[in-house]
Amino acid sequence: MRREIPTFIAFFVGIICIVQFFIPHWPFGGMVNTFSDWFGLLQAFAIWLGALNLIKVSLERSFNKKSHDRWYGIVVVFSFLLIAIIGLFFSGARGFQLAGTRFDFLYVNIYTPLSSTMFAILAFFVASASYRAFRARSWEATLLLVAAFLVMLGRVPLGDTLTGFAPDGYRLSDIASWIMTYPQVAGQRAIMIGIALGVASASLRLILGLERSYLGGE
Amino acid sequence: MADMTPTNGNASFFEKMMRIDRRVIFVFIGVALIFPMFLNVTQHLPVSREVQMASDALEAIPEGALVLFACDYDPPSAPELQPMAVSAFKVALRKKWRMVIIGLWPQGPQQANMALNTALADPRYKDVHLTEGVDYVNLGFQSGNEAVIQKMGSDIPTTFPRDYRGIPVNQIPIMRGIKNLGNFDFVVNISAGYPGTREWVQFGVDRFGVKMISGSTAVQTTEMFPYVGRQLLGLVGGMRGAAEFEQSTDNPGLALRFMVGQSVAHVIVIAFILIGNAAYFATRAGRKKS
Amino acid sequence: MWMESHFWVTFGTWMAALLTLGIMSFLYKDNPVYKFCEALFVGISAGYWFVSYFWQNLLPQLGDPLWHGNLLVIIPGILGVMMLMRLIPSIGWISRWPLAFVVGFTAGLRLITFLQSNAMTQLQNSVQPVIRYNQSGTFMFWESFNVLLVTVGTFAGLLYFFFSKEHKGAFGYVSRIGTWFLMVTFGAAFGYTVMGRMSLLIGRMHFLLSDWLNVVH
Repeated sequence: MRREIPTFIAFFVGIICIVQFFIPHWPFGGMVNTFSDWFGLLQAFAIWLGALNLIKVSLERSFNKKSHDRWYGIVVVFSFLLIAIIGLFFSGARGFQLAGTRFDFLYVNIYTPLSSTMFAILAFFVASASYRAFRARSWEATLLLVAAFLVMLGRVPLGDTLTGFAPDGYRLSDIASWIMTYPQVAGQRAIMIGIALGVASASLRLILGLERSYLGGE
Repeated sequence: MADMTPTNGNASFFEKMMRIDRRVIFVFIGVALIFPMFLNVTQHLPVSREVQMASDALEAIPEGALVLFACDYDPPSAPELQPMAVSAFKVALRKKWRMVIIGLWPQGPQQANMALNTALADPRYKDVHLTEGVDYVNLGFQSGNEAVIQKMGSDIPTTFPRDYRGIPVNQIPIMRGIKNLGNFDFVVNISAGYPGTREWVQFGVDRFGVKMISGSTAVQTTEMFPYVGRQLLGLVGGMRGAAEFEQSTDNPGLALRFMVGQSVAHVIVIAFILIGNAAYFATRAGRKKS
Repeated sequence: MWMESHFWVTFGTWMAALLTLGIMSFLYKDNPVYKFCEALFVGISAGYWFVSYFWQNLLPQLGDPLWHGNLLVIIPGILGVMMLMRLIPSIGWISRWPLAFVVGFTAGLRLITFLQSNAMTQLQNSVQPVIRYNQSGTFMFWESFNVLLVTVGTFAGLLYFFFSKEHKGAFGYVSRIGTWFLMVTFGAAFGYTVMGRMSLLIGRMHFLLSDWLNVVH
């Protein structure tokens, strides 16, 4: 029964969600609204699960004297406790995110710079990886490169400066816009339709219980 | 990639170029972005079709309309999206819309508040005094991704029982009479990924018929282009889109200023790709000869 | 509020700048400063989400209804606790029930919405009249060409993804054309990705030069 009951739950909930698209009235519409509330709550619990699991792993690392980076485990636990305690007890309860609270201070001066910089340094790696790996080895790769160059130059003011001699409608920004609006959309649509069919197929398999890998072993 | 260095140490110039330390590339990128910051240059940009559609769609919304701002982004995406949000809020202030702000990302409502405060700091709106709860409200974040939009289609007050400050929505004047998405005249979605524009199109637009424009990061903009026209009334993509949007709504800001740095960065990346390819083909030709 | 005093604003800006430089030190090489900042980021992020979800979701959607006597929310509460059982390996299998609920709910919603928005509407947008005339009845060549291009490109691209038949002969030629359109799509995506990443870096540089060092206005 460890696998049968979850499979039935997935089937029941999935079928109700599909039916309510066609019969949005009672009871299906109300049931899906209730399921939506439950889904949101479960997402919150899932986030808590992730956070608590992280703390559990970090604590194990911190107490493992043989681990080389046990001090970083301590940093993880300490920083988690710092923001959790401040956010839960010392930031004005439900108004914890308002400007001027201690939680907002941590958000603006610790969370924001760290998260922003983590993503910002990717720019350096994009440039380095492009230099090393982007090769026009075939006709298709050359086409990809040319499209990329036209879009990159067309989307900055320099592109129009370089092609200022061209008549209106034939400058780099116009070419980039044309690429984005027509051939790019064609390829993107093909990908989208393919993905949509794949999602429909995978969803049907999950609902009907043909795909149960998410339940794990045993 | 296999190391093609000759073992006798006589690596040619191109072979050395192929093995250049990546930190040299980092320095070039860093200088390319820092140097233009000292130049106080803004250029007039031709506005692309999808951004002009977005501006026109906002202009067509009458004064006093009720508009939903769905701010689904976080600080890493702020350099691209915050200028869009600021410009949209400035249009809202000029046209005296009533604004309801929500977020499907936890950081979204906080970023929206910062954008609104930046918009209010514009000297053109120094006489505008908004009362929270009457002229606008920030309902905060709600978990559930697309399930939130699904539920907003029928019942917003139970989806967002309290606002950002923790006040119950039945005590907030602007929320009186707002039952579901159909009560809004327009939706402005600022999105950095999932959940975001795609989910708003699938549920908000196609299911519940809302009218919507989207501001999205450059990375996901190419995926949103097929929606423009029938599903999205306009699309503002990346920093270029933000700069065009600032220009077309007459709200010049950071995005326009940053375009110079963007130009230099793109040229550097293109140059490196061309150099890398030249080195690769020269090395390959040299190998074939020998 | 006391956090808005000059001292705390300056202290906060310096802390943000030093953390930014700490992360950027990775560009030279991996080092203890970067590792410290990375660990701090991991802990602060987890704590941020932990607190946000508590005040904005668990309390208003679970705590408040329970307090006011709505007993129906006990069901998701129990499912949520079952999900937390995953932390204990010996009884982790209990989390399958809420997991199945999440999977079934997501699959049910997405099956229809993806077919409607990403398949049917996109096909509808692709099948448009190819011969275009303006209001005075003049044939519009470029408009017609562009619509034909999108139609041909969409179907050629779709044919490329049909792997049940070998790409030979006429089928192979059409799928090759589809490949070209996909290459243009990927090239545009790469261009926009570079633009996006550079934008984020410009934002951080602006913070360092303007908010911290005040050398740029």
